[in-house]
Amino acid sequence: MKNGSIISIKNVTKRFPVGEGEFTALKNINLEFQRGEFAGLVGPSGSGKTTLLNIIGSLDSPTEGDALVLGKNISKLSHKESALLRNKHIGFIFQVYNLLPVYTVYENVEFALLLQNIPKAQRQKMVMEALEWVGLASMADKKPDKLSGGEGQRVAIARAMVKKPEIVIADEPSANLDAANTHAILKTMRELNENLGTTFLFSTHDEKVMGYLDRIVHLRDGAVEEDEIIKSKTQS
Amino acid sequence: MKLAMQLAYKNLMGAGLRTWLNVGVLALSFIIIIFFRGFLEGWYNQALEESIAWEYAEGHLVNEEYDPYDPFSIQDGHGELSENEMKNLTPILIRQAAIYPEGRMLSVLLKGIDVDQSHIVLPTKNLKTNSEMIPAMIGKNMADATNLKEGDQVLLRWRDKGGTFDAGKIKIVKVFTTNVGTVDGGQIWIPIKKLWEMTGLENHATLFVANENYTPTDISGWQFKTQDDLLKDFYELMEMERISTFFMYMLLLSIALLAIFDTQVLSVFRRQKEIGTYVALGMTRAEVVALFTVEGTMYSLFAMIVGSIVGFPIFYYLANNGIVFPDFYQDMGVVFPKRIFLVFDFKVVSTTILLVVVAAAIVSFLPARKISKMNPVLALKGKLQ
Repeated sequence: MKNGSIISIKNVTKRFPVGEGEFTALKNINLEFQRGEFAGLVGPSGSGKTTLLNIIGSLDSPTEGDALVLGKNISKLSHKESALLRNKHIGFIFQVYNLLPVYTVYENVEFALLLQNIPKAQRQKMVMEALEWVGLASMADKKPDKLSGGEGQRVAIARAMVKKPEIVIADEPSANLDAANTHAILKTMRELNENLGTTFLFSTHDEKVMGYLDRIVHLRDGAVEEDEIIKSKTQS
Repeated sequence: MKLAMQLAYKNLMGAGLRTWLNVGVLALSFIIIIFFRGFLEGWYNQALEESIAWEYAEGHLVNEEYDPYDPFSIQDGHGELSENEMKNLTPILIRQAAIYPEGRMLSVLLKGIDVDQSHIVLPTKNLKTNSEMIPAMIGKNMADATNLKEGDQVLLRWRDKGGTFDAGKIKIVKVFTTNVGTVDGGQIWIPIKKLWEMTGLENHATLFVANENYTPTDISGWQFKTQDDLLKDFYELMEMERISTFFMYMLLLSIALLAIFDTQVLSVFRRQKEIGTYVALGMTRAEVVALFTVEGTMYSLFAMIVGSIVGFPIFYYLANNGIVFPDFYQDMGVVFPKRIFLVFDFKVVSTTILLVVVAAAIVSFLPARKISKMNPVLALKGKLQ
């Protein structure tokens, strides 16, 4: 497994206009994430977890400070460059799965590879491999509306992982799942983290999820309250 | 673009009934527009061909004093040409007269024509007869209006060159059928030699019909009107028809395009999460705009396919069998064939398709532009922007 900083957040502040004034969602955040970490941002609603993840995922940019992801400063990327970064290096897992409803499981997972112009035969191999990882190879032809919540989230994991990104961002991935499904998808993600060396960043306030994390960054009112290392990779 | 087409195809197929409703409306517009254009072209072509065949040939050399729209000009609007000047021309002498079918008086145009002419397709050979009675030929509309049929005799009254009235019986030797009302309604055709005898206007003609070998030269007192000059009114009428039908196409298209526009506006609002997901998965906003535009444009491509499947057999039938119109259509004052064969040439079909596809692309792009200003974070949350 390669080591080294993969995400570097330096003095990041994010403000949103609210009516005539402003709301400060992140206040002078400084964080560093290493390659292969299985970390989570934890805190109550409005603490800035999702905002920080959106900045790391290059869906948003900081008002002040620098967010360096894979050595690229998010604030300075053009639309095209940030799209390329997301397409090649970052996978997203959303709370409500965000599967494309008219596509089959296979097509949903294939989508990111289509954007990369990967040849069909190779795409097929990669999609089936990703579906094997999440145990859904037999459901490749099903549409998302025929899947259970746990299955839907596993498809989302396969879609995020199929391109073997360096970073996977999971925003409240267990919010719509029961305990059994939560444990199942966390186990899957943990295995992928260990086998492929992918950095996983979660936002959560689910204790079941926290139980799997190596590092928990506690956020409150847009600031880092505590940065807690649960177990180091060398210990696990 | 290939990817946008692939994705747009999947999205449209996945949208089910919404897609097929739009496609249906657009396909119907395609069919109606192409039908009317084919109908107009068919009418135009047939009317043009028949006007040329039955009346205009390669043009008319008309006496300068004759004005077809002024009945008073008939009296003096005639003259003679030398034998040399008459080369490749066939004379027609027009006089005013009256007939008395079933005891009522009916004003007619008495037209004398060379029975051996071949410049126009009037069946003048039928006027060759040894009968002492004046042989006459009328069109079917005239026959219907006067209740005359082949073999009937009717009293004809005319004036000679000095203005003296004379009268005699004519015998209907032929009732011909034509769509060209201007050689039919209110007209009686007789051999020109007979008319010369009847009027004393030996070798006179009101106009001469030219064949393809005629070369126009300046002849004092006469004016040569080319085919295009003679068809000027018809061209203007067709132009008017084209303009009025263009507005109808626009109305039809607007209804169909409004359906696409509406769907696109709704799509951009309803599918915000999907748009956010596309962006999160690595599409640029420009690519998402392109995807939505291609989706809207694809309605028109699907409509083209559906329209072809539904419309082709109908158009094929109508192009080969034509549409039959009731007799009263022939009384409209313009050449209106009883049976119109629709004409669908490449230009008609391709310009209609191009028009609809381009229009669909524009109405799809307009709402999709909004995507380029969307915040992907808000889009992912499905928040209205």
